[in-house]
Amino acid sequence: MEERPSTFLRIAAPLRGFVQRFTYLGLILAAFGLMLVGKADTVLVDRARTHVTDAVAPILNAMSKPVTTFTRAVDNVRDLADIRAENARLREENARLRDWQMAARKLDAENQAFQKLLNVVPESAVSHHTARVIADSGSGFSHSIVLNAGKSQGIRDGQAVLGDGGFVGRIAGAGSRASRVLLITDISSRIPVVIEETRVRAVMAGNNSGRPRLLHTLPSQRITPGQRVVTSGHGGAFPAGLPVGIVAAVTDGGIEVQPYMSRERLEFVRAADFGLGGILESNDRADPASGGK
Amino acid sequence: MRREFFLRLDRLARNLTPFGLTLALIILGMLPVRIPDYASVAPILAAISLYHWAVYRPHLLPFAAVFLLGVAQDMLSGAPVGLFALVFLTFYGAVVLQRRFLAGKSFLVYWLGFAIVWFLATLELWVLASAFHVTLLDMKAFLFQYLVTAGLFPFVAWIFLRWQQAFLQQA
Repeated sequence: MEERPSTFLRIAAPLRGFVQRFTYLGLILAAFGLMLVGKADTVLVDRARTHVTDAVAPILNAMSKPVTTFTRAVDNVRDLADIRAENARLREENARLRDWQMAARKLDAENQAFQKLLNVVPESAVSHHTARVIADSGSGFSHSIVLNAGKSQGIRDGQAVLGDGGFVGRIAGAGSRASRVLLITDISSRIPVVIEETRVRAVMAGNNSGRPRLLHTLPSQRITPGQRVVTSGHGGAFPAGLPVGIVAAVTDGGIEVQPYMSRERLEFVRAADFGLGGILESNDRADPASGGK
Repeated sequence: MRREFFLRLDRLARNLTPFGLTLALIILGMLPVRIPDYASVAPILAAISLYHWAVYRPHLLPFAAVFLLGVAQDMLSGAPVGLFALVFLTFYGAVVLQRRFLAGKSFLVYWLGFAIVWFLATLELWVLASAFHVTLLDMKAFLFQYLVTAGLFPFVAWIFLRWQQAFLQQA
């Protein structure tokens, strides 16, 4: 950088400092403005986010593969260490599950017979799309993951996402080749749920920690730790009965739920299309171009 | 003529490295690492990069570029858009103001400088994010994230210092 002192520069130098400071302030204001826009118009921001994620998706897709291989290798070594104990545990579990299988078969047959007798309206068929998790934006600000499948693979906004443990979240932004999943632990997530045994309804609200809380429950309704929480199907966004978690603690501060899904174990997830457009059609978060399909 | 063209291309590439490296760190920070509880404390590596360039080569990373990097972080991480743009800008601005003090000091002072300014930035992050969601967010996650970022600082900063010595000597 060679500089030649000239009359122009002598005048321009302080001006440059002024302009620089002005740009700085302008950019700060622009950032504030962006936050306000994001608060007011979520659809616009979500769409922009979807485009950016889409653009970066191939990089994330390629880069997440070695990470997966590495963690898998580490897991393998760890698994080898306690393979004996694991084997014994699995054998025991297998025996128990076989009993369950018999019970389930019997109940299934019974259930079908009853449904036939009562002429139950059949639930629409489910189609699954399995996708790999290619990004996890860890932090206290948001709980979301990115999948390597988008609209071209049949992923649509609002679909329920299931992991190996249970309900994971919903598709919040489907791009053409990548999509963002809003986890049930995110602060903007609200899921209508029901306590499985007692059929007490509640809304499960995320709070950006690992344990979402149950809202809108009455003090008279007894909820105790250990009860299973499943989706209620109210609002028509998700089908009823998807396993969500178990009640972990009931305190004055609220009822905490420990979700079945564990974020660090999410590797492959299924986006399930239950044929429910439901709440999303009228919801302001829905993408008008793709909603309701 | 040809030679000059390649020299200019070379300089352009070198001058773009601060932006490119920071962007790479932002994308790297998004990768799903399957360590229990890692996700909630995943470090913000881009902050280390911003700090480094603010101290050593601020002219290679203008404020507009910092703004863009912040927006990229927001877009990819799912944070409220503008949040990191604002925090990165104030953090970068604060470090640029202090760069004469920080440059050329011992590594410990250099590290301490980051620890102090990034702590203030983390507070800002928490206040802004809480204000955006109109609720007090769990501060623990932010503090742990801060500790992990500050703890990883020496490794990332060392790589950056070496990179700078290797490629940006004359810039």
